[in-house]
Amino acid sequence: MSSVNHTGRAVQAEQLSRRFGDFTAVDGLSLTVEQGEIFGFLGANGAGKTTAIRMFCGLLAPSAGEAWVDGLSIRTQSEEIKRRIGYMSQRFGLYDDLSVRENLEFYGGIYGLGQAEIHSRGEALLARLDLAEWGTRRTGSLPLGYKQRLALGVAILHRPRILFLDEPTGGVDPVARRAFWDLIYEVAADGTTVFVTTHYMDEAEYCGRVSIMTAGRIAALDRPAVLKAQWGAKDMQAVFLRVVSA
Amino acid sequence: MSPVLELTGLARAYEGRPALRELSLTLEAGHTLGLIGPDGAGKTTAMRIACGLLTPDQGSAKVAGLDCLTQARQMRALLGYMPQRFSLYPDLTVDENLRFFAELHGITAAERHIRREKLLAFSRLEPFVKRRAGHLSGGMKQKLALACTLIHEPRLLILDEPTTGVDPVSRQEFWALLGELASGGMALWISTPYMDEALRCDEVQLLHLGRVIAQGPPAEIARAFPRRILRFPGLAPAALTPLLAGLSGVTVHRFGHDLHVVCDTAQEDALRERAQSAGLEVESEEPGLEDAFFELVAVAELAA
Repeated sequence: MSSVNHTGRAVQAEQLSRRFGDFTAVDGLSLTVEQGEIFGFLGANGAGKTTAIRMFCGLLAPSAGEAWVDGLSIRTQSEEIKRRIGYMSQRFGLYDDLSVRENLEFYGGIYGLGQAEIHSRGEALLARLDLAEWGTRRTGSLPLGYKQRLALGVAILHRPRILFLDEPTGGVDPVARRAFWDLIYEVAADGTTVFVTTHYMDEAEYCGRVSIMTAGRIAALDRPAVLKAQWGAKDMQAVFLRVVSA
Repeated sequence: MSPVLELTGLARAYEGRPALRELSLTLEAGHTLGLIGPDGAGKTTAMRIACGLLTPDQGSAKVAGLDCLTQARQMRALLGYMPQRFSLYPDLTVDENLRFFAELHGITAAERHIRREKLLAFSRLEPFVKRRAGHLSGGMKQKLALACTLIHEPRLLILDEPTTGVDPVSRQEFWALLGELASGGMALWISTPYMDEALRCDEVQLLHLGRVIAQGPPAEIARAFPRRILRFPGLAPAALTPLLAGLSGVTVHRFGHDLHVVCDTAQEDALRERAQSAGLEVESEEPGLEDAFFELVAVAELAA
């Protein structure tokens, strides 16, 4: 195993692979994300993004290679990793039958926060996410954009060092997506690293750096402006299509 | 000849809450009309009325001259509708799904085979005929849903956000198929949250709070954006604050390491001057359809 000091890096992957039977979903992935970055993790459906994120979150063991999240090994320290990260999946993982506030209380409890802490952080979050007047509302009856904001709230309640967002804005309109990104910038301004996947290439422009994954590997990685210049493309949509078909 | 789709003064409320206040449109054969707008603008309500699934409180909907309520049966033979959540049967194969929808439309066995070949070739799903729909990728599912929607050879295709959650490559393939359909004379009415897709339409309507607040070729809507956008590369928000002193109504957006400032022309001059004396780099940014979308929605919200 490498003897490099991995602390200080939010995410570091070295030759990380994951196979399912004879299908290789992630194939020798290497990348480094620094603390405080907003990192866009792009790729086509089936390119291996979700598999990689699930490994970083300690939910899935690698077949080969290694990765460190906040300096911790995903092979041997996955339980500690889970306490230091926040994860918002495409499906949100909210309890539809619980109220907005009850969802926050439930997840706060899972992360071992005390009652007083859950209450003070929860109320502050509800205000910040513009959800204060919806606290007693049953989560299942919320409009999609509100559910997304609550799912973000649940993922950051325990103040994670790194926030993983897997397609957090699927199916919402441009205005709601823009508002969601204003929240992401706020979270990042507190020093949290944000690792985000999206199919909206305008959102790729909101990231500090982005990688584009094809067939389990990183095919391109840099700042959006650099990638646009490199690939002679006017926007990230064009960069993406060129990288993927290259 | 009647237009393929004609909606006149449509309005619809749910339990006293208006979802659609006023929508009119005309769609001709071979044309693609895009419907964009924030969530809750009334897009799905409008489409459901045109499909004869919902009764409007006011106005009328006609497909090729047939009333969507009183002549629903004949009208439906001309219409293909792909809702947001198109229900394919996940346990049935690609082939079995096509067959199911063909039987639903009462298509004869002989005719069914001809259309099956045609649609499989069109959707590039031939290599996957034996695969269960539940095991297809997101992009392939959408192509199969489209093929099932086309099995009765409609003249009008209504698609409600068909590419949500689909990656850019699959979206490009899906739109290539839509382009082929339009070239063949089909009329397409499509809602989308993606501005790059809206740009591919002949015309778009921007719906907000149940009303059309902008309409026309998408490039024209983008060109009509009345303000300026200045880009400050690599600037932190705090460093911009002193430059904005005394300028009201200016909006700032973050784009990764850059800041975009939306302002009017007089403010642009002031900002450029201040940037120059502060030694800051500043560039003009071409407004896109998304910028126009934000502006139009913000103006409409102020007026509401």
